[in-house]
Amino acid sequence: MAERTQLIHHYLRHNKKFPHVYCAGCGHGIALGSLIRSVHALGWSKDEVVMVAGIGCSGRMAVYVDFNTVHAVHGRALTIATGIKLSNPNLKVIVVMGDGDALSIGGNHFIHAARRNIGLSVLVLNNNIYGMTGGQCSSTTPLGATTTTTPFGQMEKSFDLVELAAAAGANYVARASAFHAQGMDKLMQATFTHRGFSLLEVVSPCHTQYGRKNKFKTVVDMYRWLKESATPLEQYRKLSAEKAKGRIPLGVFVDRDEPSLEERYADLRADQTAQAGRR
Amino acid sequence: MGKRVGIEVSLAVAEAVKLCDVDVVSAYPITPQTHIVEELSHYVANGDLDAAFIPVESEHSAMSAAVGSSATGARTYTATSAQGLALMHEIMFIAPSMRLPIVMTIANRSLSGPISIWNDHSDIMAERDTGWIQIFCENGQESFDLTICAFRIAEDKRVLLPVGVNMDGFILTHMIEPIEFMDKAEVKAFLPDYKPQLTLNPKKPVSMGPVGVPEVYMEAKKQYEQALWDSKDVVKEVLAAWGKHTGRKYAMVECNGKKKAKTVFVTMGSLGETAMTAVDNLIAAKQDVGQVRLRLWRPFPKEEMKKALKDAAKVVVIDRALSPGGVCGPVATEIKSLFYGDKNAPKIYNIVAGLGGRDVSVKDFEEMYALAKGGKIKDDYVIWGVKSNA
Repeated sequence: MAERTQLIHHYLRHNKKFPHVYCAGCGHGIALGSLIRSVHALGWSKDEVVMVAGIGCSGRMAVYVDFNTVHAVHGRALTIATGIKLSNPNLKVIVVMGDGDALSIGGNHFIHAARRNIGLSVLVLNNNIYGMTGGQCSSTTPLGATTTTTPFGQMEKSFDLVELAAAAGANYVARASAFHAQGMDKLMQATFTHRGFSLLEVVSPCHTQYGRKNKFKTVVDMYRWLKESATPLEQYRKLSAEKAKGRIPLGVFVDRDEPSLEERYADLRADQTAQAGRR
Repeated sequence: MGKRVGIEVSLAVAEAVKLCDVDVVSAYPITPQTHIVEELSHYVANGDLDAAFIPVESEHSAMSAAVGSSATGARTYTATSAQGLALMHEIMFIAPSMRLPIVMTIANRSLSGPISIWNDHSDIMAERDTGWIQIFCENGQESFDLTICAFRIAEDKRVLLPVGVNMDGFILTHMIEPIEFMDKAEVKAFLPDYKPQLTLNPKKPVSMGPVGVPEVYMEAKKQYEQALWDSKDVVKEVLAAWGKHTGRKYAMVECNGKKKAKTVFVTMGSLGETAMTAVDNLIAAKQDVGQVRLRLWRPFPKEEMKKALKDAAKVVVIDRALSPGGVCGPVATEIKSLFYGDKNAPKIYNIVAGLGGRDVSVKDFEEMYALAKGGKIKDDYVIWGVKSNA
């Protein structure tokens, strides 16, 4: 307990910015805990970490942590992070977004940042809903789910974040769940240290705006659902299509080792400088 | 006459849009506008409103979808605030240049940064020159009434321009006010079916939004600017018709307080009602004070405003937006230029107040009055109530 308090005091702006906005049972706080443990385990100094966050419940994280932080504009966290990383590739740039941020209003930036394979550690806290504005459907709201803008069920299909990032060219793609905090720590550390565009999707329950409207009576029901439907990726891949239905595969989906954009840039610069020297 | 109901103003606006029987609503959630479109999505889902509701992925798409749907001749509505309006900026120019009578509610909120969800007029002031008709509401009933009027103004074939109905975020949107409702027949009697002039129709193909080469670009601009100026007569007509229809009379510019008062406040939006109370108090204290409330921001009612201010010696213009590095706030700039070269021009003071949700009270107006009366305001504009040790 004492160690945890020390971590809190060291990494959070605990005396200025608390209490936080997260509702009881929100998965975002668990992701924040995992983030702090991961940065601590990696031994990074707070000053070399930059956190860029968008707008929404997830975006508040940039207010709480004691790194260099930018609380950006809705949907544009990745573009701002791109500028930061390319101007100083030595910085550890962590981007925190929600599903609305990353895949709806900022969807275009998401696929292009992945395509460029720029060295950003990207966390998408996916709660399937616009939590902060009152529970409207987002682009990851499952088909048929009830929200304030889809009172008779979502009619549009949702994005699979992992497949999207994989197809767009991300170097590292993983999924964790807010129920499996220890597993999340491992995946988070791998996301932070992997070269190139590294994505960790965190399945994060929002009981206030999503659960209550979708037959989860209590927060505990949401975590029970997460516990029961989460399946390690290796096992998931062995399941028949019928058995795989409704399960949430967790683990590492893509693990490529292609050079990142900033590495390619550095190589190009070295080449050109050498050529200029020969001329 | 309709029933009087205590209701959140956002929901009353949604009801107005429903009564106007819109065909398409496209929207993206943003505080403090969200309740309006959320309620509309319920109406659509329940079958109370026969319309398509498009829950788009950003405001840029919301306005783009509105342009698309309006181009087919559908009655189209959307609503937004602040960052959302800013994201629409590119498409804001397209709607009037294609002469599309979209109606949009803007729940006014300050633009970041610092990040703020609270009220001021910085969002709409950044869209001032997009060519939209821009109306400001003072209270909940006006927001309901002018939403219905907006459709009739926009769709009049002499106009065919989009209309933005501004209502102060939170101060109006989230307030529960007594609103006098109407039934569908009453609205139908006031708002005729929309008869679009040009639509995307395979049987009569047209091209919309093509390139304007330098030889025609200025003519195209002049055309729609002329249409915007001409819309003033229609606005006047529609407001008069509304007064006849409902008994609730509105004008582009309205006066209250003492007639021919020496010192006159100019306000726009919900601050007008606070100022009204202050003016009443001051008059009770035997002060010579009046107020002019500006309801139509674009096209600017030049003659009406000049007439309303012609007897004033001192005018205190309240701006709820800052024009950083400018001569003064946006409303004051207009009023100053209105009196340029006029020998009888009043002394015009400008106070920028209530930014980012800062409260402006009756007492503030009384203090402003005392400063203006004593001639103690020396700067081109004063940013009101800034704490020097903050």
